Amino acid sequence: MGFHWRWDFTWQILPRLLDATLNTLAAAGIGYGIALVLGLVFALAQRTPYRMLTVSVREAVEFVRSTPLVLQIFFFFYVGPQMGLRLSPWVSGMIAIGLHYASYLSEVYRGGLEAVPKGQWEAATALNLSTRDTYARIIIPQALPPALAGMGNYLVGIFKDTPMLSVIGVAELMHTANSIGSENYRYLEPYTLVGLIFLLISLPTAGLIRLFECWVRRKLGMR
Amino acid sequence: MDETADYPLELTGEDVPMVRFLNVTKRYGPLTVLDKLNLDVAEGEMVSVIGPSGSGKTTVLRMLMTLETINGGVIYVDGKPLTHMPKGGRLVPADPRYLRRMRANIGMCFQHFNLFPHMTALQNCMEGPVQVLGLPKAEARARSEELLEMVGMIDKKDQHPSRLSGGQQQRVAIARALAMRPKVMLFDEVTSALDPEVIGEVTNVIRKLVAEFKLTMLMVTHQMGFARDISDRVCFFYAGRIEEQGPPDALFGNPQRERTQQFLSAVKDAG
Repeated sequence: MGFHWRWDFTWQILPRLLDATLNTLAAAGIGYGIALVLGLVFALAQRTPYRMLTVSVREAVEFVRSTPLVLQIFFFFYVGPQMGLRLSPWVSGMIAIGLHYASYLSEVYRGGLEAVPKGQWEAATALNLSTRDTYARIIIPQALPPALAGMGNYLVGIFKDTPMLSVIGVAELMHTANSIGSENYRYLEPYTLVGLIFLLISLPTAGLIRLFECWVRRKLGMR
Repeated sequence: MDETADYPLELTGEDVPMVRFLNVTKRYGPLTVLDKLNLDVAEGEMVSVIGPSGSGKTTVLRMLMTLETINGGVIYVDGKPLTHMPKGGRLVPADPRYLRRMRANIGMCFQHFNLFPHMTALQNCMEGPVQVLGLPKAEARARSEELLEMVGMIDKKDQHPSRLSGGQQQRVAIARALAMRPKVMLFDEVTSALDPEVIGEVTNVIRKLVAEFKLTMLMVTHQMGFARDISDRVCFFYAGRIEEQGPPDALFGNPQRERTQQFLSAVKDAG
């Protein structure tokens, strides 16, 4: 057989793979959206004066970060029903991946928040700003630029981790390529195409993130 | 620990000071920074605080701005307790809501300006009036522009702090603090981080404030000449206590205590 590339097969399977790409993008987008919000909640929860809360959130984050994503996906999907939590592949996949990346992002946020000089907090206190305004209007806008690079890395990271959802049958790129492969006994073309599609999306995304970072810095008046 | 329970719930009578430190103690771990400090500042008075570093002088301002908690005694502002609040006929440590209400009386300028870097000069000044005082934007803008005009920064109002020199940033910071209309203004070494040639533009603004506003002011400074010119009273701090205080001409011209003399001659030699 050897490495014999078949173009006719390539064109034949391409539409199906592009269709699946949409699912991959949706999974990455939804997962990242969950992670962005939940990560901020985790980061802020660790800064409250309530010791019980800060300790348990910190431990939970540490736990999620130290265990494999694929295990967490399996857990939600296969162990969930035993505990009365019957979730579709999509829902359990999104929860697992969102939670996993929220833990990573909370550390990125934490780093950004800690990078804001103490004097900014003091100025906010001296102006009598509420805690909410201090975070929303003074601290978070300044914590954002240094956090953006890390946030961008995890956007590409979550995108590249979506194939793990194939293990519970989410019809994203990897899962579709596997199906095509087993239906036709040809794996070279689908897997190569999957690699190319990932590459073509990842590379420009990384570039766009850098541009966005520059734009945000300029927008906030920081050089 | 419960000694403050017997302190007055508020100050009444003829000459209620704008600020009163009553037996105020501040400790960092085993280190006592301020030991039973008693200090009154009258309404409209300009008091300068001088002394060697580590004497607790900056801590006095930071406690008054509620940036530091205190370990003993009570601070009163405008006759009402600041660090404590009345509850059931006695004083208990102030809760955040009470602190927030009382803090509105006080404004502060910092050594390193602490302007918000993501906002223009004008936005820095409008932030407090709009978000805290709830002024309509137009009114906050008018008030801020008036103050920026007074500190000579109106033509830079749309610049971000990173585009401004230290002296310019400090002048914006003064306008920002004034925009909240505080009764007491605190200046914490506001010229210490500045290049020598721009110190004058900041001290001139403070001179103008003293001349035109009837504000109560407390200033920590290393500039003895400026303190002498401008203050109604100068307090010399040493090892967490007021070693000597008095009118500037008396304290600088004829210091009574040995430590004051040593400090002033050391400063003179250095300058």
